[in-house]
Amino acid sequence: MARRFMRFNRASVVCSVTMLAVLTAPSFAVDVAPICTPMGGEPLQSTSILSPISPPAREIHSLAALVVGVCAAIFIVVEGALLWAIIRYRRRAGDRGEPVQVFGSNPIELAWTVIPLVIVFVLALATVRTIKDVQRTEPPAGALTVDVIGHQWWWEYRIADEDGGPPVVTANELVVPVGRPVWLRLASADVIHSWWVPALNGKTDLVPGRFSNTWFEAEQPGTFLGQCAEYCGTQHANMLLRVRAVDDAQFESWRTAQAAPARDPASFAAGHSIFLRLACMNCHAIDGSSSGAFGPNLTHLMSRETIAAGMAPLNRDTLRAWLVDPQQLKPGCNMPSLQLTDPELDALVDYLSSLN
Amino acid sequence: MAIAGHAEPLPSSLTLGARVHSWVVSVDHKRLGMMYVGFGLLFFLVAGLEAAAMRAQLARAGSQLIDPTTFNQLFTMHGTTMVFLVGMPILLGMANYLVPLMIGARDMAFPRLNAFGLWLFIFGALLLYYSYIGAQGLYGTSAAPDVGWFAYAPLTSRTYSPGNSTDYWILGIMVSGFGSITTAINLIATILVMRCPGMTLLRMPLFPWMMLVTSVLVLIAVPVLTGAQAMLLLDRSFGAHFFDTEQGGSAVLWQHLFWFFGHPEVYILVLPAFGFLNEIVPVFSRKVVFGYSLMVAATVAIGFISLGVWAHHMFALGLSPEMNSFFAASTFLIAVPTGIKIFTWLGTMIGGRIEFATPMLFATGFLAMFTFGGLTGIMLAVVPFDWQLSDSYFVVAHFHYVLFGGTVFGIFGAIFYWFPKATGRMLSERLGRWFFWILFLGFNLTFLPMHVSGILGMPRRIYTFQPDRGLDLWNLLSTAGVALQAAALLLFLWNVVHSLLRGKPAGNNPWNAWTLEWATSSPPPDWNFDRIPTVGSARPLWDVANPHDPDPSPEAHG
Repeated sequence: MARRFMRFNRASVVCSVTMLAVLTAPSFAVDVAPICTPMGGEPLQSTSILSPISPPAREIHSLAALVVGVCAAIFIVVEGALLWAIIRYRRRAGDRGEPVQVFGSNPIELAWTVIPLVIVFVLALATVRTIKDVQRTEPPAGALTVDVIGHQWWWEYRIADEDGGPPVVTANELVVPVGRPVWLRLASADVIHSWWVPALNGKTDLVPGRFSNTWFEAEQPGTFLGQCAEYCGTQHANMLLRVRAVDDAQFESWRTAQAAPARDPASFAAGHSIFLRLACMNCHAIDGSSSGAFGPNLTHLMSRETIAAGMAPLNRDTLRAWLVDPQQLKPGCNMPSLQLTDPELDALVDYLSSLN
Repeated sequence: MAIAGHAEPLPSSLTLGARVHSWVVSVDHKRLGMMYVGFGLLFFLVAGLEAAAMRAQLARAGSQLIDPTTFNQLFTMHGTTMVFLVGMPILLGMANYLVPLMIGARDMAFPRLNAFGLWLFIFGALLLYYSYIGAQGLYGTSAAPDVGWFAYAPLTSRTYSPGNSTDYWILGIMVSGFGSITTAINLIATILVMRCPGMTLLRMPLFPWMMLVTSVLVLIAVPVLTGAQAMLLLDRSFGAHFFDTEQGGSAVLWQHLFWFFGHPEVYILVLPAFGFLNEIVPVFSRKVVFGYSLMVAATVAIGFISLGVWAHHMFALGLSPEMNSFFAASTFLIAVPTGIKIFTWLGTMIGGRIEFATPMLFATGFLAMFTFGGLTGIMLAVVPFDWQLSDSYFVVAHFHYVLFGGTVFGIFGAIFYWFPKATGRMLSERLGRWFFWILFLGFNLTFLPMHVSGILGMPRRIYTFQPDRGLDLWNLLSTAGVALQAAALLLFLWNVVHSLLRGKPAGNNPWNAWTLEWATSSPPPDWNFDRIPTVGSARPLWDVANPHDPDPSPEAHG
């Protein structure tokens, strides 16, 4: 018996280890995607929902602590009772006949109906209260208003100008002032997306044909990460979010720089003409040169830290690799490979990397 | 109570073709039930392979093993398959097999409609999977649907899902949905009018009770999905604009319609498993269920409330605070009858003499895991918390605890419990225990870490994840867990094959159980019972075995 048991034991271990190898080996055998290039710069904030840096995220966090506490207590009681029943009431060698048949008990049944009712009533009250606090229907006082438009698979931001001027338009990376509420008006250009930066607030969907709102207030400077949280097609996984919170002075100088006209293309005539001649201008806007709206606005491209909606750090090399074949880095994305020759590529990269 | 029948073995002279033919043309509820379960298990293997492929891709950050489109097809097909081609057919198939036997009937009310339902399901399933061969996908290649199992508009519109793979999804599910509707009608009619003499509704075993409520839910919920899919088909093929946001259609409408089906669907998938537990837990605790009437009341309550909670899938949509509060409240409310069920099973076990045979191991595993999944469900009902957790891996973990730790564990418990009845042979207990423990370990190793991945900010349905977010270890653990589960399933397959050929003969009532299916032979004859039995309580075989201590008739209590 013991030998049979051991043999069997060995067989299952061998079987499990084989399965493990079959499942994991292929993934470790192929190269990882270029997204694994580490990004330089300041340390990034965690994407964990347990490190809130903004009032709504903080409120959710404390409500969550209460709820998890209550659930943990229920878990311990129920699983404890189960364990006790398993150990105490298992059939023993000497047991004869059937145990006493108990058909129920009104007081006990009433108790386990009413007590849970009371618990969920309390949880419901706490929930409704936090909904009222977190889900604003009006912008908080003094808020910076930003329109967020989801596209397959990148983010467009339009930061309102309080003085009535045209909004600052940028893509994928939002820069906000520390300590000031930010009111996001969410819309989508195509399918449903969801804006989720866990440190700042829970997620809110961007639904085509409909507007929704959310808000946050970064309490300390830093780069907060997140990503699209509603499945939106092929490259849903790489629709990354990046919010940089800076102090007021830095924010104002950033905004002024973004509002400035694009760099004069005169000294990059070759690259500029490629941009205008090929398909680029159909999708990408560059202030003064083109007004395409299907792709990210490139007016101040080089002020951004990343390319391809946060997939890779932005520099001449990644920009060039992207232009050679966007499908290499981001398979399925809407930007085609333009089949440029080397000199054309050099000229275009020269021009684009002048846009800061 | 001489109601035992004797199975007539098929004449051995029958050719293979004639045997297959006899199954294809059969209208016998037992054969149809077994075919449902067989096809369901087949698709369970397919869906398992799809899951394993996804986990192989997610073993490490940035892996390029599987390209994004293929990955998106994998999770779409995995979810669709598990819900429509595994959960529904296995549960409805078990009901098909068991309900007439448990209520002392010779067959279902409409045997030919029953066969029609099975073949609609099989046709729908094959139509869906034909998309892998025949559908035109994004880039002109053959392609399976890649819109996710809840297929949110407008991703499903012609603009964003060109080709016809989405149409295969619509039509395959629609056709098998018709099958589910016919089966629901059939079960309701059978349970209401075909019960044997003496079996009042309150003397009916609890599994048929669960199936009655489930069938009513199927009848209410599935036609809504069918209707929504018909509208989507009109959008895609005939220029309608129900969900076409570019022409003023509504993306939110699809979500309301889908989840009006989708949330009752969760209970459609779990109530029959509750039914399995209601049979298994008392028999192996050797004690009558603690609080039969409250269990029935809780089931009916779940049926009603489950029709009013659907928008808790849409908390992140930005609905009004009032709407969010209402659906949070209704969702909390449904926790109460669900809790009652768990307490009832605990109350049944306490004071019993529990024998941990494989069916009871799975039932106990169900209790432990479903409780956990239920509690994470309460967390998700807390709207603001849901804004963080929704659409993350936490949700993936939650519903796998409910639907795998719950429903699938219940199904395996039921298979071990009723396999002897259906085949006349016992499954190996030794292999069964190994199967349970390896599966239990693998299951938790896969899905516990997913809670952590979700809390660390990993959204669901991503083909690759970022390397700098602390997700690597948790994902690797999940993949390792799938390896254990795969090994466990190989054991199960071996157990089934081996036991079919060499298993210990079962006899009529191997578990010393109390309901009518155990009064007839194993396997039962075509006509189920030689004489239609008459019963005086919910446990007729207990009354026979313990004439000095028969169950009180519920009517006696008024």
